[in-house]
Amino acid sequence: MKVQIHVSLKPGVLDPQGRAIHHALDGLGFSGINDVRAGRLIELDVDENVTDEALDEMCRKLLANMVIENYRIERA
Amino acid sequence: MAFRSAVITFPGSNCDRDMAVALEHVSGTPALRVWHGDSALPEGLDFIAVPGGFSYGDYLRCGAIASRSPVMRAVIEQAERGVPVLGVCNGFQVLTESGLLPGALMRNAQLNFTCRDVPLRVENSQSLFTSGFEAGQEISLPVAHHDGNYFADEETLDRLEGEGRVAFRYLEAINGSQRGIAGVLNQAGNVLGMMPHPERAIEDVLGGSDGYTLFESAVKSLAEA
Repeated sequence: MKVQIHVSLKPGVLDPQGRAIHHALDGLGFSGINDVRAGRLIELDVDENVTDEALDEMCRKLLANMVIENYRIERA
Repeated sequence: MAFRSAVITFPGSNCDRDMAVALEHVSGTPALRVWHGDSALPEGLDFIAVPGGFSYGDYLRCGAIASRSPVMRAVIEQAERGVPVLGVCNGFQVLTESGLLPGALMRNAQLNFTCRDVPLRVENSQSLFTSGFEAGQEISLPVAHHDGNYFADEETLDRLEGEGRVAFRYLEAINGSQRGIAGVLNQAGNVLGMMPHPERAIEDVLGGSDGYTLFESAVKSLAEA
């Protein structure tokens, strides 16, 4: 089964990449953008018996850096 | 007594040879070279260096994959036993990712790869890596990085400052680092991570010798121990 891991920067952590994207969108003439935050999407294809606990551990041990990032696990 | 040092090489490391040359130049003993897939380190090491570069192509996050490689488990074990560990540039990123040092290194605030000599202030001259400097001494070392923007929460930053664990601070804002932090020590003082490259400044013909002083401090403190 497919699992999506959404990794995003914690609120309050400055996001230079998000700011650059914001700047570029402004430059293209799009208006009304208040903020941009860039994150990462990791898709896993796992066996049915892989538990939520195991997925959680994968995130904490490797997929997200808990100092600066949050993660959200979504089973398809 | 011979100074027994090891330099770890990951796929994508590119400052490992410079690091080994610097260690040999200062200590007079060739550094041992260790491949990332090795699960054990040579016996009786006096010093471990985690060099700069782009381990695993900076995939996932800089230093993230390298910090989970077999040899890093051995490095962590040695660090916990008090063996001096120096991480430079990507090596600093590997040490924060491994949990040996607090904080994280994010993309430079101005988004540019910064490659130039930068002025630094030695904030802690008591550590085994910095005892050859004067407290507050201004030195110059080269940086070459895209992800050197040091981040930690306010509480951690206050603790680092309070415990004298900020080893070096930038004298110019070069990458957005919180409080200008360029190098940090672990609580025991035997692990140092820094973005500037001391191994690229070991003799004046290379543009400076402030890096020499760092390695010399480590060699001397071990000789005295």
